[in-house]
Amino acid sequence: MMGEIQVLVEHRLGELRDITFEMLTKACELSEKTSSKVVSIILGKNVKEKAEKLSKYSDEVLVVDDDRLEYYNSDVYQMTLEKIVKERKPWLLMIAHTSYGIELAPSLAVSLNAPIVTDCIDLNVEDGKLMVIRQVYGGKLYAKIHVKKTDPAILTIRQGVVQPKELEKHGKINVLKPSIDLEAVKKKFIEYVAPAVGEVDITSADVIVAIGRGIKDKSNIPLAEELARLLGGVLACSRPIVDKGWLPQDRQVGSSGKTVKPKLYIALGISGAFQHILGMKNSQLIIAINKDPNAPIFNVSHYGVVEDLFKVVPTLIEKIKELKKQAT
Amino acid sequence: MNIVVCVKHVPDVSEIEVKVDPVKKDIDKSGLVFDINEWDDYAVEEALRIKEKFGGTVTVVTIGDESADSTLRKCLAKGADNAIRVTDPRIASWDPLVIAKILYKVVKDIHYDLILTGVQASDDGYSVVGQALAEMLGIPHATLVKKIEIDGGIVRVNRELEGGLEEIIELSLPALLTIQTGINEPRYVSIMGVRKAMRKEIKILNLDDLGLAREAVKEASPIEMVELYVPPVERKAEIITGSVDEVASKIVEIIKSRGLV
Ligand SMILES: Cc1cc2nc3c(=O)[nH]c(=O)nc-3n(C[C@H](O)[C@H](O)[C@H](O)COP(=O)(O)OP(=O)(O)OC[C@H]3O[C@@H](n4cnc5c(N)ncnc54)[C@H](O)[C@@H]3O)c2cc1C
Ligand SMILES: Nc1ncnc2c1ncn2[C@@H]1O[C@H](COP(=O)(O)O)[C@@H](O)[C@H]1O
Repeated sequence: MMGEIQVLVEHRLGELRDITFEMLTKACELSEKTSSKVVSIILGKNVKEKAEKLSKYSDEVLVVDDDRLEYYNSDVYQMTLEKIVKERKPWLLMIAHTSYGIELAPSLAVSLNAPIVTDCIDLNVEDGKLMVIRQVYGGKLYAKIHVKKTDPAILTIRQGVVQPKELEKHGKINVLKPSIDLEAVKKKFIEYVAPAVGEVDITSADVIVAIGRGIKDKSNIPLAEELARLLGGVLACSRPIVDKGWLPQDRQVGSSGKTVKPKLYIALGISGAFQHILGMKNSQLIIAINKDPNAPIFNVSHYGVVEDLFKVVPTLIEKIKELKKQAT
Repeated sequence: MNIVVCVKHVPDVSEIEVKVDPVKKDIDKSGLVFDINEWDDYAVEEALRIKEKFGGTVTVVTIGDESADSTLRKCLAKGADNAIRVTDPRIASWDPLVIAKILYKVVKDIHYDLILTGVQASDDGYSVVGQALAEMLGIPHATLVKKIEIDGGIVRVNRELEGGLEEIIELSLPALLTIQTGINEPRYVSIMGVRKAMRKEIKILNLDDLGLAREAVKEASPIEMVELYVPPVERKAEIITGSVDEVASKIVEIIKSRGLV
């Protein structure tokens, strides 16, 4: 499986994103095992200065700096990457499992006639075979998949699962100028829309009480709200609560919401999907109440209660009230 | 506007322990409750709203066994016009490109302006099928769609990026969009609707009908499911046990000891 491992660099609004270094770390690990070369590919406008940093993490950096790559457009990216891949023939192409990667990787796989496995949390070469691990059923099970065709194989990698390492390579930087034909492109970037600024900033709270679908009904929200208030904290939530319109978007914790690091995070009726966990796993103390003993939230919590939240929370509220009464 | 919506019939595992079958390639499905994939429910609703505004038809397509008919019937009851189900035990169902290929064969001869899928299926969570289907059909696509505006031959969508950021992009029709949750509020099914839908026909196809008996079968897929297993636990929480009263007291103790109350 010798040859090239290519990593598509992810950047947005002028910043290299963390997932880039996570992928490059993994690629370097695999490259040692397979005597492959790690090649990072950066596409964009004014991205040349980024190549310096990338060269520390790669054996070669391919740069396509073009005005037409200023905004992310998966059609233009696909066209450009397809040419590079066809010419250089890597055995593996790694792309981030992000809003950008999701838009690009599957259609690129079809156009290259390559197999694709997405949202991988680990990958390895065992006896010359490419094996990947991914989560299924909301993280309750793992699937081990053998990718038999590697000319190339395309994998998208989940954010935050690889511990990025500092590397000291000195990869050479190569500027490429593949032809880009905008005639064929059927989609167009118009503009970014920034999230609306709400009244409450959950990212600055010391205590967060977060509710998930287990809260069952909008009418139960005041219960959680009272707990939050008693602890001097704020109420936050998982995505379905925002989707239903029960709380505003600025209360959502997770990859498509906010990242929080409070001193205390109480999760009520939240299963712990990785998109949620990405936003709260660095909280100092995490207590989860969930009636399902197998809920993945317990894998990142410090304390867990396997119980109906509607039984525990009212009692908890009473106890805190008592304590506060004693104190005064 | 003629719209095709791809829907998947999936088990709800949010509150139960998922067991692996003895062969370790699939789950033990006994006793599980299946329903339409959450993302697809939003896609169907969006399709119905577009149809209600512009006229046209909504066709729902699924690949699945007989039990998936209940998901199709639900869609018909909500207002979809046609339903198609592809079923075949030979399908390499874990390969998203195989699923896309089958859908491609089904959809390519239907007259459509728009195809909607969910962002992801809640069981396998690939986020692949829609985009791959679009590429096979040679039409543009947008993923993670939170808002749709159609104006003549152009569809303008808001795509969700990370951290609450969105981007607006425009695509020429026909196009494929993968729908994100929260885009709308899916309607409930009326009893009347369900009754009417019982009489509607579901078209059934297999791999031979689609000419895919070589390509879409397990042996032909370049990816192979080696094993499904229960994950090893990393930092398992210390589980607080006891009566509700004891549990609540212990939580208070913990947060008090940290000076948080
Ligand atoms: C691109 C993308 C981005 C996403 N971004 C985010 C994000 O930013 N944030 C986010 O949260 N999600 C996000 N999601 C959604 C995510 O995948 C999950 O669907 C979501 O986090 C599930 O929310 P939940 O845990 O509240 O609901 P569920 O998964 O339905 O879990 C509900 C839990 O409540 C428990 N429960 C039920 N009743 C009770 C009771 N009475 N007492 C105690 N426990 C009870 C159940 O056992 C279950 O574990 C995203 C998904 C995608 C595809
Ligand atoms: N078996 C299936 N039948 C019909 N549509 C499907 C099937 N599997 C996936 N899809 C569609 O593709 C979307 C993304 O699925 P996936 O790529 O598997 O995460 C789903 O939301 C459905 O719209």
